[in-house]
Amino acid sequence: MIGIINGEVYDPQNGVNGQICEIWVENGKIVPPPDLEKRGGAQIIDASGMVVMPGGVDIHSHIVGAKVNAGRKFRPEDHRDHVRSRTAYTRSGSGYTVPSTFLTGYGYAELGYTTVMEAATAPLTARHTHEELEDTPMVDKGVFITMGNNHFIMNCIRTKQLEKARHYVAWLLGASKGYAIKIVNPGGVENWKWGRNVSTLDDEVIGFGVTPRQIITALAWINDELGLPHTPHIHGINLGQPGSARTTVETIKALEGRRAHLCHLQFLSYGGEPGKSLRSGALEVARAVNEHPNITVDIGQVVFGQVTTMTSDGPLQYRLHQLTGQKWINDDVEGETGGGIVPMEYKRRNWINAIQWITGLELFLLIEDPWRVFLTTDHPNAGPFFCYPQVIKLLMDRDYRAEMLEKVHPRARKRTVLAELDREYSLYEIAIITRAGTARALGLKNKGHLGLGADADIAIYRKMDDKEAMFARPYLVLKDGQIVVRDGQVLHEYQGRTLYVAPSYDPGVESDLRTHFEECYTVSFENYPVAPDYLPRSEVVSCT
Amino acid sequence: MWIENVVCPFCGCLCDDIAVEVEDNRIKSVKRACSNGRSVFLHAPTEARRPVVDGKEVDWPDAIDAAARILMKSASPLIYGLSSTASEAQRKAIALADLLGASIDSTSSICHGPTSIGIQSQGEPTCTLGEVKHRSDLVIFWGCNPVEAHMRHFARYSVLARGKFTPQGRKDRTVVVVDVRPTLTARNADIFLQLRPGSDYEVLITLRAMLKGARLDVAEVGGVSVAQLADLVERMKRCRFGVVFFGMGVTQTGGKHWSIAELVALAAELNAHTRFNVMPMRGHGNVAGADCTLTWQTGYPFAVNFARGYPQYNPGEFTAVDLLARQEVDAALIIASDPMAHLPRQAAEHLNRIPTIVLDPEMNLTARVARVVLPTAIYGISAVGTAYRMDNIPLPLKKVVNSPQPTDEQVLDWIIERVKT
Repeated sequence: MIGIINGEVYDPQNGVNGQICEIWVENGKIVPPPDLEKRGGAQIIDASGMVVMPGGVDIHSHIVGAKVNAGRKFRPEDHRDHVRSRTAYTRSGSGYTVPSTFLTGYGYAELGYTTVMEAATAPLTARHTHEELEDTPMVDKGVFITMGNNHFIMNCIRTKQLEKARHYVAWLLGASKGYAIKIVNPGGVENWKWGRNVSTLDDEVIGFGVTPRQIITALAWINDELGLPHTPHIHGINLGQPGSARTTVETIKALEGRRAHLCHLQFLSYGGEPGKSLRSGALEVARAVNEHPNITVDIGQVVFGQVTTMTSDGPLQYRLHQLTGQKWINDDVEGETGGGIVPMEYKRRNWINAIQWITGLELFLLIEDPWRVFLTTDHPNAGPFFCYPQVIKLLMDRDYRAEMLEKVHPRARKRTVLAELDREYSLYEIAIITRAGTARALGLKNKGHLGLGADADIAIYRKMDDKEAMFARPYLVLKDGQIVVRDGQVLHEYQGRTLYVAPSYDPGVESDLRTHFEECYTVSFENYPVAPDYLPRSEVVSCT
Repeated sequence: MWIENVVCPFCGCLCDDIAVEVEDNRIKSVKRACSNGRSVFLHAPTEARRPVVDGKEVDWPDAIDAAARILMKSASPLIYGLSSTASEAQRKAIALADLLGASIDSTSSICHGPTSIGIQSQGEPTCTLGEVKHRSDLVIFWGCNPVEAHMRHFARYSVLARGKFTPQGRKDRTVVVVDVRPTLTARNADIFLQLRPGSDYEVLITLRAMLKGARLDVAEVGGVSVAQLADLVERMKRCRFGVVFFGMGVTQTGGKHWSIAELVALAAELNAHTRFNVMPMRGHGNVAGADCTLTWQTGYPFAVNFARGYPQYNPGEFTAVDLLARQEVDAALIIASDPMAHLPRQAAEHLNRIPTIVLDPEMNLTARVARVVLPTAIYGISAVGTAYRMDNIPLPLKKVVNSPQPTDEQVLDWIIERVKT
């Protein structure tokens, strides 16, 4: 048993806002304070002058799988100056924006994060993703499964067989050991396979006779019908384009009140005209988010410096390749999705990059309910995950924010309301946007809080004025009640759980699937599902 | 008893529709496999074999002890092979290399290593094999010979296969072969361009230049007339979905990675006109997996060295052939490969001089000169595991017969435990 005493506790799920209270841990769970006798035998952590929070829960990050690994493979220049040596207890590795798997696990734990969601995996490559997750220690993890360009689903929508699509989605999540439905540029990725894209919600998907609007609303309906713990996780159309703010607002309206999460909203909140002008569209988008309580979002905040852009949005990645002239990986996946990778650098003195940076911060400050806006950098697209402490400082410290705003391209400063926004996030709100809110949005009842019965995933930070320094180096991190990090250093390797869903479905759908596999795939139906032995430690999260 | 949907572990095609008939723990017959795959299944050793140390049969604990002693005594060990074992074993091999501060390299370094280097400079527009099956109307085979090396590639994926947008299969596609000799694959092509050996790089930059509208003041390049090259460029621009499959005829000749960089750049530039992808024809069943596992654990696909405590990457320095030929390693652990039979003489000779440990189901040439021989089960036949197809799709390898032998993964685990204690 471990007792954490004298700490300032931030547990928003249970309404605890900086009160000094005790947290007790036994067998990996939060337990009630023991009697005096048992107390004597417990390990006591004196957290005087420290802040105690639930372990961080990242709702959107690209850490494992075919795309991330292709990014690692083609970027040796990213790795050679960023290495970590082996120790008696930990593995070596390399990589800055696309670190090797062990480094990713250690890096998250060393920020106080204990749960991370991999944001996009094609189900056909899910077996690869789970192999990498086994080599990603320290954190609990889950995988979102891309479905927004899936042939079976699009065929069902065209033939108005949504029930069949529902059974298929349930089967697919179980077969790929996935956690949530991911939608990426619905229809646009399929069209990219003919060199095209979509630009409105009512464009046609070539060869399928359906529209992005139909795909989004069908999957949102299916998500509700299945009672999945998370909402559909949506990367909308027109990402990165001037004018994307308009289609983002239209997407929110198209959902007609159904629950949904819009990811890396910053990249989808630009005003202006394609090819002509670019400005922040944060006001317009934040207003729509504020007016629609069914919507949660994460920001994908730009951090100046090196990144590796990687999405399932094939046409977007090709456009980035043409814009930057950087090397480009494309990967079209049969019947399911696509993807691309392009290295980039965000520069303060580049006015477009500066507008992207400003747009993200404006969204953070204009969206009123912290339970519906979450901190991400869409790692490694807008910035590496280990830059989260810098983003926290920008949100908590308006003087620092003003100072940083002074350093960006003056043309970007002219078009922003950021200078007028003097909101500062409190520690309580930071705990919401990095832990409590993300856990709630993911439907993880035992995470993101420190109430009785919660998983004993806990981060303890020394209280400091410089919030970047404070969050960059936790004093202690507990995973399942074990101390795994001290003074920002991993002490020993720990295998987290893989969280997945297994909704029930009508097995009758399998005969249709056999035919579909024969027609559509180059692998057999039998060899497609990921067997449970690929998940050494797992937990099925139940549907409602 | 027939076992269906078996994945053939032999080549990078990983055909997963094989049926295997098993009786009394023996494979009696095989359906749908090519002649390569059939012989892999029918001739798989199933008899019990004991490990061998210094020519004498010993028990497993003694053999593991001998292997661990060699590795612990070594100042600069090499772990090599990996392409015909499962990814589970590859991951253990990398863990062992990390623990020992060893060099680790796969057979990629003598096949598609230059492909990785080309991709690192230019990227890689690519796709899964199903995309080729369903969409491609122009298929180019450059320096590769699938009719003899990847025998079911045509039928399952690239040429004869009928797909959603290619309902007539072969009739819906134009097949081009670029090679230095008229191979069996070339005989099946609509267009065959016979290059002068070693001129791939010149031809590739010429195609790029022509794509950009350059006018040439020569009549031929690399033995091919400019008119033929112009025709190819037009076909590439006008197709609906094009793909270039390429093999060791281009990765291991002339410009090596420079040629691959040109090929990748050409394909990328064609995307301004249509959709165009490339794909390396990976040889061994899980050589793609060796690239994948090394990359996710270290950041690099081959030629990795851990001597400094962290992974360093340098083809030419940490590649097995170079390490051996320069006599820079003093012990070797060979997993599922036969370097004595395949490496250049200088490299093989050094392998013969230093203490070598072999993990392999077969008594191959390397095993005959090895100090320690650890006979293991065969992934895909007598052990389950994971292999990555040439398009990086991971597939589950089945166990169709029982084997008394441990798996590579188990043996590597035992060695790791022994080294740690």
